[in-house]
Amino acid sequence: MDFDLSEDQRLLQDSLSKLLKDKYGFEQRKGYMASETGWSRDVWAAYAELGLLGMPFAEEDGGLGYGAVETMIVTEQMGRALALEPFISTVVLGGGFLRHGATAAQRAAMVPKIAEGKLLLAFAHTEQQSRFDLNDVATTAKKDGADWVIDGRKGVVVHGDTADQLVVTARVSGARRDRDGIAVFLVPADAKGVTRRGFKTSDGQRAADITFDHVKVGAEAELKGGLALVERVVDEAIAALGAEAIGCMEAAKDLTVEYLKTRKQFGRPIGSFQSLQHRAAEMMVCLEQARSMAMLAAMMASETNDAERRRQMRAVKVEIGRNARFVGQQTVQMHGGIAMTMEYAGGHYLKRLTVIENMFGDMDHHLAALSEEGGVFVAA
Amino acid sequence: MELRFTDEERAFRQEVREWIDANLPADTRERMASGRTPTKAMQVDWQRRLYDKGWAVPHWKVEWGGQPWTAIKRFILSEEIQSTPAPTPLGFNCNMLGPVLIAFGTEEQKKFFLPKLASLDLWFCQGFSEPGAGSDLASLKTRAVKEGDHYVVNGQKTWTTLAQHADWIFLLVRTDPGAAKQQEGISFLLVDMKTPGITVRPIITIDGAHEVNEVFFDDVKVPVANLVGTENRGWDCAKFLLSNERTGQARVGASKERIRRLKLIAKEAPGGARPVMEDPRFRSRLTDVEVQLKALEMTTLRVLADENRQLSRGKPNPASSVLKIRGTELQQAISELYVMAAGPYGLAAPNDPEADGRNEPDVAADWQTLAQATYFNWRKQSIYGGSTEIQKNIMAKAFLGL
Repeated sequence: MDFDLSEDQRLLQDSLSKLLKDKYGFEQRKGYMASETGWSRDVWAAYAELGLLGMPFAEEDGGLGYGAVETMIVTEQMGRALALEPFISTVVLGGGFLRHGATAAQRAAMVPKIAEGKLLLAFAHTEQQSRFDLNDVATTAKKDGADWVIDGRKGVVVHGDTADQLVVTARVSGARRDRDGIAVFLVPADAKGVTRRGFKTSDGQRAADITFDHVKVGAEAELKGGLALVERVVDEAIAALGAEAIGCMEAAKDLTVEYLKTRKQFGRPIGSFQSLQHRAAEMMVCLEQARSMAMLAAMMASETNDAERRRQMRAVKVEIGRNARFVGQQTVQMHGGIAMTMEYAGGHYLKRLTVIENMFGDMDHHLAALSEEGGVFVAA
Repeated sequence: MELRFTDEERAFRQEVREWIDANLPADTRERMASGRTPTKAMQVDWQRRLYDKGWAVPHWKVEWGGQPWTAIKRFILSEEIQSTPAPTPLGFNCNMLGPVLIAFGTEEQKKFFLPKLASLDLWFCQGFSEPGAGSDLASLKTRAVKEGDHYVVNGQKTWTTLAQHADWIFLLVRTDPGAAKQQEGISFLLVDMKTPGITVRPIITIDGAHEVNEVFFDDVKVPVANLVGTENRGWDCAKFLLSNERTGQARVGASKERIRRLKLIAKEAPGGARPVMEDPRFRSRLTDVEVQLKALEMTTLRVLADENRQLSRGKPNPASSVLKIRGTELQQAISELYVMAAGPYGLAAPNDPEADGRNEPDVAADWQTLAQATYFNWRKQSIYGGSTEIQKNIMAKAFLGL
């Protein structure tokens, strides 16, 4: 049992932290957000240079062979900075599908490009009716000779507007909510029949609504694994998002505590009021509990027992969501009016934390599923 | 970062489990499993067995009966004891007074008391709280005046847990009422409960149990040799003692055991159309508590894994403050779930043969009659050992600089 980072891991943390300090001032971030892509190609190139974009891939595929702990370190720092780039979309989600579902030839073709920052991926799964259920897929893929023809509509495809390749779930057999009969396809974003409408998410990031109208792909576009592959990759994304939430929460807490020390009302710093002190302490309790779960997630991300991994990840998502909500809300409340404005970072943490809370299942979704599955501590 | 237990640690857990199974008397196991506290005889017998095995005080220095174990290994032992459940070694002896004596005691005190603390040959109780001093512990008024080779103690302590079982008491007394600060002028004394002038009077708590007491001191003569540490510097011992309390207070192993049992109970518990466990609202609440407990388990492990470095840094891991606050909240939340599971039959109070003068079977199952009593009793947890509010004061000051 050892919760320390290795020397190399600390180095990774430091160099990314330095990069983000340099590139992610509040005004700089506003500029990236207002740009056409909604994030910074320059910063993306800098990530590539640091080696971040090839991190989780095997060395023989052109990656660094790092694990979930390194991903946690990276997304946590990105959370602190409220970074906008498609790291989770491309490297964690897209990369996860390649690592666990693609052929060696596919990986050889794509991983080096991802690592260089030249290929962007997005995960096109959510549909209007599906809410958070990964098994709820109405989009279809039908055989046409050796090819597949995909029809359907995917909403809220995060970073889907800038992606080069889409990872698309589609039903090849069975009814809409069957666990069996779901397949995963790699679809070029510029394929004939793909229509994308990009939009802003509530936290200022980008997503797309994507229609697939008789989109034809070859047999090799199908990744191996079906729903189990989706669940595995989504669990890795939950771990990465959880760590990002920790970064947000920690930065929000630091900002709030600093404000409590400097903001004066009634002739004294507001941090001298016990009601605010206690709430700041509670924020810290929440942060530490959430951090514990982010560490659990990093450990469980590579768990090969699917049911056990799912169960623990549900717990992770619930607990981080709960604590993120408290920290986000209290950041705004304790700042007062200033954190209600777009011109102050405080409110942006609440926004990002709220988005994270509502990605890949909210608290109620995972609590309900987890209690169906017998809870966290299942009798051995 | 490596968050898994090693093979050696897993093997140790198995060894502990088997040893407990082979050594825990059946009546003690049964009583603990029903959610009751052990009798004095059960506590003494069980701690003696742990002591003979060398497992009563593994966290003490090896020369005083401790084990050269990592914090994680100690955690495994304590978790296994809690999750059996078996009685935990008496906290007053093992977690409070023992470490204070090792740090502040004289050679004679260590030689005389430490083995008896570990084996529970002497049962100590804690004389800190006073009627006028609640969370503001340092405002205590019990006086000790030195007369020759004795202190003469006058005053009153309260909330003294299990004083009715105790052979000795460790006491904070005021030896210099003129000191500039209220934390100064306090001394730490060890007092034999058989000394003339001591009166123990029960306090019955809202669960109907006799757990705590008032203890009165009327011209009680205490040999000067029973002073621990320096006269008027007793606050140092008190602070040291209180800072040692935290990891134990999370009681994750005990909470896991309570949840495991609740799940079994709720599967059978009548809930109208279906057993309680099949009510999605109940189950969701239960799962929510489990999730938080999982996080607390991880936080506990983080604090333990950090323990050695923490000592060298000289300042605690901020995560350690979480343990008391969330640990007690979760134990209380679990007690609420038992109340919910019991429903209307939870209204029946447990029989009290002593008070009722007769011994009839309870109208409800054991767990049902205990549910509300335990719930009432456990409201104490967020009050004692530094209330939640005091913990937050400490956090605001020590970690946030507010």
